Amino acid sequence: MAEASTTAAAPAALPLAGDAAGAACGDWRDYLALTKPRVMGLVVFTGLMGLLAAPGHVHPVIAFTAILCIAVAGGGAGAFNQWYEADLDARMKRTRGRPLPAGRLERGQAFAFASFLSLGSVTIMALAVNLPAAVLLAASILFYVCIYTVWLKRRTPQNIVIGGAAGAFPPMIGWAAVTGDVTLLPVLMFAIVFLWTPPHFWALALFVKTDYSAAGVPMLPCTHGLAETRRQVLLYTFPLVIAAVAPWLLGMTGALYGAAAVTLNAMFFLLALRVFANRAEDPAGMKPEKQLFAFSILYLFVLFAALAADRIVLS
Amino acid sequence: MTPEEETELARRRKQRNYVLGAILVGLSLLFYFITIARMS
Repeated sequence: MAEASTTAAAPAALPLAGDAAGAACGDWRDYLALTKPRVMGLVVFTGLMGLLAAPGHVHPVIAFTAILCIAVAGGGAGAFNQWYEADLDARMKRTRGRPLPAGRLERGQAFAFASFLSLGSVTIMALAVNLPAAVLLAASILFYVCIYTVWLKRRTPQNIVIGGAAGAFPPMIGWAAVTGDVTLLPVLMFAIVFLWTPPHFWALALFVKTDYSAAGVPMLPCTHGLAETRRQVLLYTFPLVIAAVAPWLLGMTGALYGAAAVTLNAMFFLLALRVFANRAEDPAGMKPEKQLFAFSILYLFVLFAALAADRIVLS
Repeated sequence: MTPEEETELARRRKQRNYVLGAILVGLSLLFYFITIARMS
């Protein structure tokens, strides 16, 4: 009924996808694109690993609901991000095809969609799982949208460091969904994702520097140069290695995680060292940066999988 | 709006409604199973 009345009231206000001149009538794929599905994959994975690493038992339906809420909240935060950054996305080659800058959706539609996903996921998490997990979920959305997207992303070259905290919440939320509280191990999982984010994104920013420059985002390579960015990549690797090995050193995990952590962190450190030693100015000569970026994705997946597997074996 | 555009618009709207319907059915099932899980 609502659809019919909309059609009758304003048929001229519903041009097709790709028509940037007027209002938009997005395909369902455009709504899906608002949720940044690729980012959601990492969020779901780390949330699931937090859930599996937690002691105790949770009903599979409740576990599924918790992961679904984390995924939907991640989608909501991503949609808020695209709603706020439509102007910035329009200036970057990588993002100008997104639904808002391409004119396939209106900002109001994106805002309503983002609000619905965010409020819905937090409410269901509170009602079906538990309140601590819902509070952490709400905090992660607010942090990503307000602190990172609105406040700091366009103001400081440390934007990625702050933004990393938002992406680091899911393992803690997964853990809290099982236990109802947060102890040292989920805090260390938070720290791992938090400290992993700067070298991961700065490695990318080093070889896509021109794209960020065009959009006016103060990414470290633009504001402080390539040498300083490479130094920061190496500097952040030190605390990352400590945080990643700590669960094993503190006796919270067994030899399986210990072996994986030592191997992966040794490789990460060596790649970061190669990035630090590289002097190339042109993206064509930035093989170490590209290798570090690619390896960092594998690193996080394998490290967290080893952590969850180790905890399952121990229990 | 040309007839082709109207047809395309209707197709897109219909597709979106199917997706919305699937999501509503999925949510109904989820709430049902959550209720069962919380009661057990």
